[in-house]
Amino acid sequence: MTERKGPYELRLRVNGEERAALTRPAETLLRLLRERLGLTGPKCGCENGDCGACTVLIDGVPTKSCMVLAVECEGRELTTIEGLRDHPVQRAFSAENGFQCGFCTPGMIMNAVALVRAHPEPNEEADRNWMGSNLCRCTGYEGIRRALAAARAELAARAGLMPRAKERP
Amino acid sequence: MDHARYLGGSPERTDAPAKTGGALRYTDDRVRPGTLHAALLYSPYAHARIASVDLSRAEAAPGVRGAFSGADWPDTLIGLYMGDKPPLARETVRYYGEPVAAVVADSEAETLAAIRLVEASFEALPPLASPRDSLAPGAAVLHPGLGSYRRIPAILPEPGTNVANRTRIRKGDPEEAFARAPVVVSGSFSFPPGDHAAMEPRVAIAEYGLDGRLTVTSSTQSPFGVRTLLAKGLGLPERRIRVIAPPVGGGFGGKAGIQLEPLACLLAMRFPGRPVRLANAREADMVSSPGRPGLESTVRIAAERDGAILAMDIELLFDSGAYADYAVNVSRAAAVACTGPYKVPNVKADALCVYTNHPFATAFRGFGHIELSYATERALDLLADELGMDPAALREKNAAQPGHTTPTGAVLDPNTGDLPACIALVKERLGWDEGRRRLMPDGKVRAKGLACFWKAPAIPTFTDAGATLAFAEDGSAVLTTGVVEIGQGCFDGLRLIVAEALRMDPSMVRVEPEADTDRSPHDWTTAASRSLFMAGRAALGAAEDAVAQLKRVASAPLRCPEEDLEIGDGRIYLRDDPAHGLPISAVALGYVYENGNAIGGPIIGRGRYIARGLSGMDPESGEGRPGLEWTMGAEGVELELDPRDGSCRVLRSACAMDVGKVIHPALARGQLVGAMAMGIGYATREAFSFDSRQGVQNASLRDYKLLRYGEDPEYFVDFVETPQGDGPYGARGLGEQGIIGMPGAIAQAASLAAGVQLCELPITPEYLWTSMRKERP
Ligand code: FES
Ligand code: FES
Repeated sequence: MTERKGPYELRLRVNGEERAALTRPAETLLRLLRERLGLTGPKCGCENGDCGACTVLIDGVPTKSCMVLAVECEGRELTTIEGLRDHPVQRAFSAENGFQCGFCTPGMIMNAVALVRAHPEPNEEADRNWMGSNLCRCTGYEGIRRALAAARAELAARAGLMPRAKERP
Repeated sequence: MDHARYLGGSPERTDAPAKTGGALRYTDDRVRPGTLHAALLYSPYAHARIASVDLSRAEAAPGVRGAFSGADWPDTLIGLYMGDKPPLARETVRYYGEPVAAVVADSEAETLAAIRLVEASFEALPPLASPRDSLAPGAAVLHPGLGSYRRIPAILPEPGTNVANRTRIRKGDPEEAFARAPVVVSGSFSFPPGDHAAMEPRVAIAEYGLDGRLTVTSSTQSPFGVRTLLAKGLGLPERRIRVIAPPVGGGFGGKAGIQLEPLACLLAMRFPGRPVRLANAREADMVSSPGRPGLESTVRIAAERDGAILAMDIELLFDSGAYADYAVNVSRAAAVACTGPYKVPNVKADALCVYTNHPFATAFRGFGHIELSYATERALDLLADELGMDPAALREKNAAQPGHTTPTGAVLDPNTGDLPACIALVKERLGWDEGRRRLMPDGKVRAKGLACFWKAPAIPTFTDAGATLAFAEDGSAVLTTGVVEIGQGCFDGLRLIVAEALRMDPSMVRVEPEADTDRSPHDWTTAASRSLFMAGRAALGAAEDAVAQLKRVASAPLRCPEEDLEIGDGRIYLRDDPAHGLPISAVALGYVYENGNAIGGPIIGRGRYIARGLSGMDPESGEGRPGLEWTMGAEGVELELDPRDGSCRVLRSACAMDVGKVIHPALARGQLVGAMAMGIGYATREAFSFDSRQGVQNASLRDYKLLRYGEDPEYFVDFVETPQGDGPYGARGLGEQGIIGMPGAIAQAASLAAGVQLCELPITPEYLWTSMRKERP
């Protein structure tokens, strides 16, 4: 284990790119992403692990970036909302009104991306466990629930498992 | 008007790509390099005398540029309707979480380290824990300066007491009605204050430019309100202040007033040329910045044996906490609508906004109507019980209709919504007539409840909205208003309104997503569910103005009278010969003839709206017309209670609301569903819990339990459309109302399930369990 003191340069792999940033040992991943790498997609809703607005993927695992030190991420593969490009989950959130103010959305989507990967089939219990870690104050979760269903249908259709539920232009 | 082309369609929101792509920049996503960071020291006491504040160690800490206390601004008082709040506490602290000192440093880490070095000492004073405490004879007077505070005339404080505002309603002869009524019921109903808990904590970034202008970017619903109040509070003219309102991560009223901005500006004025960022951590956002009021109330109802209401006697005591903020108008709004949507010929009501030593209260979705509705709906349930009448039938019997008068004596006009139709829809959704209470085989109990609501916006009589419409080279139109995007999606409604008026595909209409007092037309505030209505009217006006100008310019090259021209699908053409015309793109920036001669110039459509026919209220009787339009509706739930442990879950919820005209069905439904969910939280779990010294015990999202995924019920939403004659295409506002009836409906159902009348909120398993135990000796 290496010991770090004072500001130092951290090298990370974020959204498929090698990035370097000056950081402090006590800095959280959330702050590093937002303040040093300009990735303001992850949001700061509580910095206490309660809201999930800061969720990113670390080696594919959805993680609250406010609860992780940046230094722990050296050599890991990070994905933020900015690293998704036209992902079926994003399209489903757009089409199904899975958001209103949008503040919870980046975290919600990152968690959902991992959820539908782990559970491609509809699974109410898994959904409740995964999505229960992200708060949304606006939607009453109705649109988010619809978005999950739509994203799963789209992914299944892509995998050729079943016909497309809804053709999108 | 021919058949609507675009209204009633649900195109994808224009902000969807930005919001689902993480590209939308909220206020705190716009911090410039070189920005200074402020941190605050919060009072650990709900009520105390400040003995000393020593800033010297903080000032000497690394990176610190300055440290401040209340003494730095000895005369400044900030407020919304009444200036009662110092930017930093002076002499006394009046609530747990009140800012006492500020430190400004180069980085957030340094400022947070330095704020811990501020040494403040306090002498604790006994806190006032409820409105009744504050009104008791001999109670400490929290604001001895109440009589001298700057305020608007509609607010009537009672100096020498803790009453920040009292609104009286006196209609008919309630005394006589109570004396002769065959049935009288009465009850007391209450709940503690709570929080909006919008996912975006409040933040303000202020810069006092070297040019002498003050710019503040803020998570606000009210850029123009902030500008006006900063001008008043700081003594700068409006022309030297610029307020930028990026999209907001959830408002719910919590960002409708003026909050972090004054202190951020005062700090910035000490460091000209450097922006100062003042951001709430979640805990501060919950207790230091304002939440929603609590309530203590008593309602008496006089009725005939057949259920016809003769009179109501209502006392609503709003727990405003330490400062008045919006709560003085919240209590007033509750008075205006105090009876709920019922025909009540005789009314006596007193709505008081009372200072206590709780975190202070501001606007909250519903603006006083949840409170009054909870109180009157609960009292109606007592009446239904007393009469042995179905609670829905009692409401149907007394439903307010056009021609009836409101508590202030204003006549409900023909635009007024159809309440009986709403009640019928909710009953149908819930299978009301199949029975309201069912014992399940597993020992749980299912029960249904139904409540009604109405709401009129509590707005100044001169509430306004402006809009401009301009065009780009491609013939697309851009609408600029002062409305703030707070999640409600108003811009998409406005876009459809403009598209409809220009008969142009909505994809060719863009709405400027950011309000900026330097550039946007004036707009009162994004609150009171009035943006779609008022900015919608202004947008409609701007579109019509633009169309007239387009026709005028096009009539020259088309060689025809303007009146013969029609607009549609991006073209201007002869009505009787549609093939003969021009694309809008050839006219909107001026028409150029073949030889190079040009006419016209950029078309700029202008639209404006101001509230119609509103008046103030008589201070003695409340008489007047303070409410613009009345939105009515009914809501209901079915819930399941486990009598063994008090656990309770809302299974199904239904709302039917008369919205005039649905402009964008998907977004309209989203607003209602979101409001219903918030109402369920309000009724079942959300409230501050206080320790014996009135410190807040649950100031985090871990302890303040919001509804999570999987705890949401099934939602049924129905719209009734009685057109609002003066609304854009008949529409009226719908952003708040879905929350109002939920606490009443849930309390009714839970009381039925538990077999005991529940008079407090939130209805937690613990409260249910103890109430049921009390009932059984
Ligand atoms: S900001 Fe990380 S969980 Fe809320
Ligand atoms: S969309 Fe606003 S918090 Fe989820």
